[in-house]
Amino acid sequence: MHTAAGVEACLPIRSDMDLVWVRQHVRQAAARLGFGLVDQTKLITAASELARNTLVHGGGGQMEATQVGSAGAQGLRLAFTDEGPGIADLDLALSDGYTSGGGLGMGLSGARRLVHDFDIETTPGSGTTVRVTCWVGRPPRPREGA
Amino acid sequence: MPEHEADGQLATPTQEVRDFLHRRREQIAQRWADEPLFRTVFTVSRDEAVEAGKAVVDALAQVADSEQVEDPDAAGFSGVREQLARMGAARSRAGLSNTQVSGELAALRPPVENLLAADLEQAPPEHLRACSTALTVLMGTLRLVAMQTALSEWQALSDRQRMQLLEVATPVIRLWDGIVAVPLIGTLDSARSQIVMETLLNAVVEQHARFAILDITGVPTVDSLVAQHLMKTVAAARLMGAECIVSGIRPAIAQTIVHLGLDLDVITRANLADALGYALHQLGAGIVGPGTGQR
Amino acid sequence: MNDAYARPVTGHVPVLRLGDVLLVTLQGDLHDSTAQQLQQDLAETISRTGVRGVLIDISGVEIVDSFLGRVLAEIAAQAKLLAARTVVAGMRPAVAITLVELGLTLPGLRTALSTEAGMELLTRQAPVPRPGGPRQESP
Repeated sequence: MHTAAGVEACLPIRSDMDLVWVRQHVRQAAARLGFGLVDQTKLITAASELARNTLVHGGGGQMEATQVGSAGAQGLRLAFTDEGPGIADLDLALSDGYTSGGGLGMGLSGARRLVHDFDIETTPGSGTTVRVTCWVGRPPRPREGA
Repeated sequence: MPEHEADGQLATPTQEVRDFLHRRREQIAQRWADEPLFRTVFTVSRDEAVEAGKAVVDALAQVADSEQVEDPDAAGFSGVREQLARMGAARSRAGLSNTQVSGELAALRPPVENLLAADLEQAPPEHLRACSTALTVLMGTLRLVAMQTALSEWQALSDRQRMQLLEVATPVIRLWDGIVAVPLIGTLDSARSQIVMETLLNAVVEQHARFAILDITGVPTVDSLVAQHLMKTVAAARLMGAECIVSGIRPAIAQTIVHLGLDLDVITRANLADALGYALHQLGAGIVGPGTGQR
Repeated sequence: MNDAYARPVTGHVPVLRLGDVLLVTLQGDLHDSTAQQLQQDLAETISRTGVRGVLIDISGVEIVDSFLGRVLAEIAAQAKLLAARTVVAGMRPAVAITLVELGLTLPGLRTALSTEAGMELLTRQAPVPRPGGPRQESP
């Protein structure tokens, strides 16, 4: 169950029902930390994309939510971990339109654009961890290139 | 060490300054109360200015006691940091530049130095000189603390004002039933673009606006970042079922857009009037009347 | 417990017929399976009833991720093959901003501000050409 803070949590990602729990938890946590409506929506959407990746490509895993920052800046960090096959070509997986799962190919690259900090660790054969962080009140970062 | 000081009767310069500050607390505060910095900030009563002065003298004495006369982070300053910042901020609100505020802070030194010189009239000249130097360093550090604190206050203030300006600077105007417009003036950065986008899209919902006009006549330059923001707004409006029209693209900006190789996939019109004409036409209304031979 | 997790709740979204138009109102947080089920239901209903339009009201939807975005685009595409037009109505500003940031502009999707505007769009005889649609020339 969730901790008293209501932000810190570890949720399993095993089915599409779990995706709903993930979205609901991220919504509550983001609202509690004072994110604006647009930023909440972006963060929940990013979480939905990443959780679906964990489920579809990683064969399931978990999401860990942590509150980060100090008095100056509050943020929400989400870590998605799976023990799936990993990503062989990270650059390719992070490019727009690339898909291995029959989606629109916007999952990983799109989620990256919705958050402030994005970090991915992957080892072919032993799994992937994606960590994203959003900060309350910070303007969105400009899209690279484009 | 000079011979006449070798007897060990004299305190170190810093200790001397500390004792002097304790001894002359009242007089220093009284003199400061007549200096512009205190006089203009504490306008309600002179006593208030004197009290504020005493607090600063106490802080200086504490710093001297801890032998940290060169350290702006000395614990002794923490008690007056906020007060100094308030004074600095008040002066800058009164229209003074940073340099002028700094000058007023510097003006606090001479009265103290004169008092010190009078007190140590009988002391050996070397000792007086050493004490004045210690006092000068201490006053310089005080000035530094005040400026540091004031600058960070100003920074916070200007950040706040900037955010307020961002919101104020994005008026969404209802031009007609189903037509809203936002005249953009000034530089568009990420923070402002985000606010423009949200404000405009919310207005689209509230006003049931099928057309949203983004007038960029007042935008000095369009780089790829600005163009990207415009396109995001246009695309988001489309997803909601509204159409964006970008008006007021000046020739130089049109050239830039072409040179940057940007694909502005959007309806554009030369000016706000033409954009409104287009939107009205699409809504099935037309402009009937003399004069405007436009479109 | 695990069983409940393993078997997601599949629900049918009610599809309402209003004359020549099918009206679907989506609300809240949709399960992936529910969205897929809707896609299938709509294809069958369009072909059975021969309606000319599908109106999907998403004003109650707080999140459209790339999955739901794809489902909406596919619903429109399959409806087109079945000679029906699709309008997605009432997307919230925050959802629209997020979709654009995500990189999904859903160019094939027809949109409207509200169900009323969407209904008007579908029942009007001549389809309004969408500006900024296919581009004739490129540099």
